[in-house]
Amino acid sequence: MAAIDVELRNVTKEFPARGKDGLVRAVDHVSLQIYEGEFFALLGPSGCGKTTTLRMIAGFEDTSSGEILIRGRAVQNVPPFHRPVNTVFQDYALFPHMTVQKNVMFGLEMEGVPRIEAERRAEEALHLVRLPDIGARKPRQLSGGQQQRVALARALVKQPAVLLLDEPLGALDLKLRQAMQYELKAMQKSLGITFIFVTHDQEEAMTMADRIAVMDQGKVLQVGTPEDIYESPTSKFVADFIGETNFMQAEVAEANGEYAAVKLNETTFIKAVTGGQALTSGQKVTVALRPEKINLFPVKGLVEYEEGSTETAEEYQQSLMRVPNMNLIRGRVRQAVYIGTDTRYVLHIPGDQEVVARVQNFGLRSDTYFEDGQEVNMYWNAENARVLLQ
Amino acid sequence: MASITRRRPGPKQSGFMLALPAILWLTLFFLLPVVIVFVVSFLSRGRGGAGELPFTLANYERVWDVFRPIIIDSVWVAFVTTVICLLVGYPLAFFISTRKDPRMRSFALFMIILPFWTNFLVRTYALQTILGREGIVNTVLLNLQLLSEPAQLLNTPEAVILGLVYGYLPFMVLPIYASVERFDFRFVEAAHDLGANDIRAFLRVVLPLTLPGVIAGFILVFIPTIGAFVTPDLLGGTRGIMIGNLIQQQFRGSGNQPLGSALSVVLMAMVMIALLVYIRFGDKER
Repeated sequence: MAAIDVELRNVTKEFPARGKDGLVRAVDHVSLQIYEGEFFALLGPSGCGKTTTLRMIAGFEDTSSGEILIRGRAVQNVPPFHRPVNTVFQDYALFPHMTVQKNVMFGLEMEGVPRIEAERRAEEALHLVRLPDIGARKPRQLSGGQQQRVALARALVKQPAVLLLDEPLGALDLKLRQAMQYELKAMQKSLGITFIFVTHDQEEAMTMADRIAVMDQGKVLQVGTPEDIYESPTSKFVADFIGETNFMQAEVAEANGEYAAVKLNETTFIKAVTGGQALTSGQKVTVALRPEKINLFPVKGLVEYEEGSTETAEEYQQSLMRVPNMNLIRGRVRQAVYIGTDTRYVLHIPGDQEVVARVQNFGLRSDTYFEDGQEVNMYWNAENARVLLQ
Repeated sequence: MASITRRRPGPKQSGFMLALPAILWLTLFFLLPVVIVFVVSFLSRGRGGAGELPFTLANYERVWDVFRPIIIDSVWVAFVTTVICLLVGYPLAFFISTRKDPRMRSFALFMIILPFWTNFLVRTYALQTILGREGIVNTVLLNLQLLSEPAQLLNTPEAVILGLVYGYLPFMVLPIYASVERFDFRFVEAAHDLGANDIRAFLRVVLPLTLPGVIAGFILVFIPTIGAFVTPDLLGGTRGIMIGNLIQQQFRGSGNQPLGSALSVVLMAMVMIALLVYIRFGDKER
């Protein structure tokens, strides 16, 4: 197990409420352990407390209660300029009156690094971010992407134990942002520095982070790898915030261990993962299911396999029903929208509710296409559906 | 085939027409008087103190030989006044512009501007009373037995500086306030983040980025104080005489208008130098 670089123990931050008495809790009993060399994301909607959490680690905000440890050392009373962390600010905060080189050298000067060495290290840092020849320019002469790289160089040149990034790519346009995501990730891996970054963009978090903490209303709802978070969300909020999810309303029919049988209406039963939650029969629950996990095939006619062989729909249905934990229900197409890589169907299902299915377009569109109003068979493996209580 | 195109007045022409009143005004009431003063400064003193031919450099010689100490004193007084305004005004402006509550900021600015509601002359007379032999300062100090006899506060260069600082402080506070208010405090966070303590963050980041306000304040205080004559007249007496008083004397009654003009030209030259410094160093970063 890697060593812990940053640890938050029950950290709470309260601000005076604006315009009235009392306090607003921006961060609510957050505990996190961030390992050495990890690329860690704090993900959540605006106002969820992710930036405040980052600012407390940087030292720009005090904690109201709880403890922050950086490399095992409690830092409550350590000012930001004595913490072994550096920050890449959202709008970069490059000093406008200094050249790029002076900006990058600033942190080294503050450490008292001799001028010649500082110049050499600044040059190396600019080289690292692939901007070797712009040292003499002023920040305002640079593009947004270049400024972002300079901000990165200015922080990295200090060789911090932990690099904090506050929405680092937020101000860049889409193409550049996507390119930078992979570049940042590669840079982090090769440097081995712990990165903690804040974002509201779930795709960005999924792309770059080793682990993600999803936050909402000051609380950490779930911490895990992108796969954990996406495949096994433990709350409706997480399931909804990360990617697209269907929420089906259901009632527990029988709960035994790993899977629960729930009913969508009196005659339609499906199975879903309980995730160890205690359920009682008759309990109203939500079942989360990702649109891409749902497969469709016709009610009548032929089903074509990828390799070319065919089978009647009835035969196919029989073979599916022999697979353990396979959910199979009927639905009716309400809307079909072709969106290139896949087709997005809105389906009416038992329990008078709607779900979305995304079916990848393997071959020609006509092979897998269903019309509005057409009745279809839907199936998915029960391990992809989760019972959620909160 | 010949075609006739009628020309509309282009943007340049209409711009000129719009500027014409201002151009006439400045030519008539600024440029022309400056030229007159400049020409008169080379004339000889005639009847009733007015200028007459022949041209001469005698006025400038006299300015140099006789009035040089007063000019140097004036520059010194204006400089000290400006520096005191800066030392008092910067923290004050910084404090006001960093208040979170906008009502608090407005109120503080209002308090800074409030003295302008009373005539400058009246306020200077009030200072005369306060600093007098039986003024409140002396009375308090005597009653506290910190003094055995009244101190000479009035009619000193220090009294002039006090009066000038009092009068011109708002001109230092307001531009600095504007600069600090525009200042983005995330730069301080960035400096802290990179290892700068408060003092170094201030010197390396805050001060350079608010320098335009400081320089504007410096100019706005220095220029009027170097030419001040009411304050030195009322608070300085004979010991606090400044270049403004000299000029005033030359133009009053049967003075010496060519000499006064020469003094004015010297004053203008000094103001000009200050403005050149401003153009060179002020507002460079924005």
